[in-house]
Amino acid sequence: MATKASTSAARLMMAPAVTLLLGWMLVPLTMTLYFSFADYRPLRGVFEPWIGFDNYARFTSSGSFWDAIWATLIMVGAILAITVTLGILLALLLDKPIFGQGVVRILVIAPFFVMPTVSALVWKNMMMDPVNGVLSHVFRFFGATPFDWLTQAPLTSIILIVSWQWLPFATLILLTAIQSLDGEQLEAAEMDGAPPLKRFWFIILPHLARAITIVILIQTIFLLGIFAEIFVTTQGSFGTRTLTYLVFQRVLESQNVGLGSAGGIIAVILANIVAIFLMRAVGKNLDA
Amino acid sequence: MGQIKLNQVTKSFGDVQVIPPLDLTIEEGEFAVFVGPSGCGKSTLLRLIAGLEDVTTGHIEIDGRDVTNVQPAQRGLAMVFQSYALYPHMSVRKNIAFPLRMAGMDEAEQKKRVERAASVLNLTDYLDRRPGQLSGGQRQRVAIGRAIVREPAAFLFDEPLSNLDAALRHGMRMEIGELHQSLATTMIYVTHDQVEAMTMADKIVVLRAGVIEQVGSPLELYRSPRNLFVAGFIGSPTMNLIEGAEAQKHGAATIGVRPEHIATGDPETSPWSGTVGLSEHLGSDTFLHVHDTGLTESITVRADGEVPLRHGDKVGLTPIADRIHKFDAQGLRIE
Repeated sequence: MATKASTSAARLMMAPAVTLLLGWMLVPLTMTLYFSFADYRPLRGVFEPWIGFDNYARFTSSGSFWDAIWATLIMVGAILAITVTLGILLALLLDKPIFGQGVVRILVIAPFFVMPTVSALVWKNMMMDPVNGVLSHVFRFFGATPFDWLTQAPLTSIILIVSWQWLPFATLILLTAIQSLDGEQLEAAEMDGAPPLKRFWFIILPHLARAITIVILIQTIFLLGIFAEIFVTTQGSFGTRTLTYLVFQRVLESQNVGLGSAGGIIAVILANIVAIFLMRAVGKNLDA
Repeated sequence: MGQIKLNQVTKSFGDVQVIPPLDLTIEEGEFAVFVGPSGCGKSTLLRLIAGLEDVTTGHIEIDGRDVTNVQPAQRGLAMVFQSYALYPHMSVRKNIAFPLRMAGMDEAEQKKRVERAASVLNLTDYLDRRPGQLSGGQRQRVAIGRAIVREPAAFLFDEPLSNLDAALRHGMRMEIGELHQSLATTMIYVTHDQVEAMTMADKIVVLRAGVIEQVGSPLELYRSPRNLFVAGFIGSPTMNLIEGAEAQKHGAATIGVRPEHIATGDPETSPWSGTVGLSEHLGSDTFLHVHDTGLTESITVRADGEVPLRHGDKVGLTPIADRIHKFDAQGLRIE
């Protein structure tokens, strides 16, 4: 029962956690905002607290800014497409009763537990290495010339690595969604004359709409901030410099905190724009 | 169109045979009800007919065509599921049109059929809603609508009323009965509720553990149950079954008397007597539970609605002589 006393007691008890969370979020955000309007280059000892929008203008006018935005969009879009498509197929397969189902499901989920840095290193050195990589051995076994993934197709390689990492997440969420589908609906569709492909298209896919929406939203949020995979493999070269990586370079490589902060704020704004579009496009699946 | 014939059909799940060899014919236009306690195989039997389960051995014929290995959709049957199995993301209109769309029927004809079905089922005002916005009874009607637009050879109902409350259930029972009268299509209806079976069926099939105990019209089953199981299952309240000396007087191992075939009277002159325990006053009838008769623990009697007997009163009971059912030691009826 929510009496007046218990409500205020609840507020009091939640206060420390809420304050901590707010502080954790607000302090860095405010500092970034503050620095973004300042000319702050610590190694040169420059600190000019207010230079207006100069940082923003410099950040957006450089050619690498638009390249970075394109790289980010292509990367996120491709990873989403791969993980959702393969995720649906894998979830459909894993939903079938098979021998050792529990073990198989855990194995499928395993890549998600590997840290991004580690998985990027493993892919770089053990899978995609042109001399010793597993893939180059496979290529040679079939008589083909080994492919130097990270130099010849760097963007594709990173997309592959990150997709591999996020596929389990998509599979897991879609699998639980498939399991919640009422079997009688499929039987009814079967009796209504829908062959398997049409049952998938008219019954299973609409049922998954909400789960797919959630996968897309959550993944977009995380994928906009991909960093470790790029850092470990290409260091942002060959067209793999995303917005996040550009900000990192501005702050740490150019030692320009003000410029980087402006980039950070721009990234936050862009992420919100993307989120609004996504919510508009797919969010209607979330009501009902 | 719509004669369904099962020929030595069996079904096993692994090593467990849930339906031993079974023969059954359902005539064209008949309303057949499969009834039995839960786990008796009635739903499995329906799913075998629908094609959702494969028969282990035996044959199923619909209108003389062997459909044993025919896909469910090609059998010309329509099914109404217990959960209704409506497609939640489609409007009522699209739900009802779905089988027609799958059959590739042209749009105009689809629209015509959907609207005809909707007007039969009073759904015209709801065609653009989603199933989630409908009440239980309306969902039920949508499920029936989806079945009738296909103009199937037979309808299969799998416990369609079990998710409805008592008042709605009564209403839907009548609607389905009416529908059967107006469509004159074969219907097979599965239920565990003997009241539904008695009120709707042309032919009742009583099942126990996959075995058909008796097939007949509701009154045949009521008048002459073939064995103790059917006797106890059909009729409400259930038949009083009496064993021992009283049964031997009639030359049987068990005798059964329905509550409505026992008259109350003077305790001194009646053949049986006892003390009234609980009495259920329903207005039109009163069900008396009479104890201490020396026959069984309790005998149920249907008396007049305004009978003045109360808890603790002595009462005399007289069974109607030609309404006593006699069963032998194996539980089979003695004529």
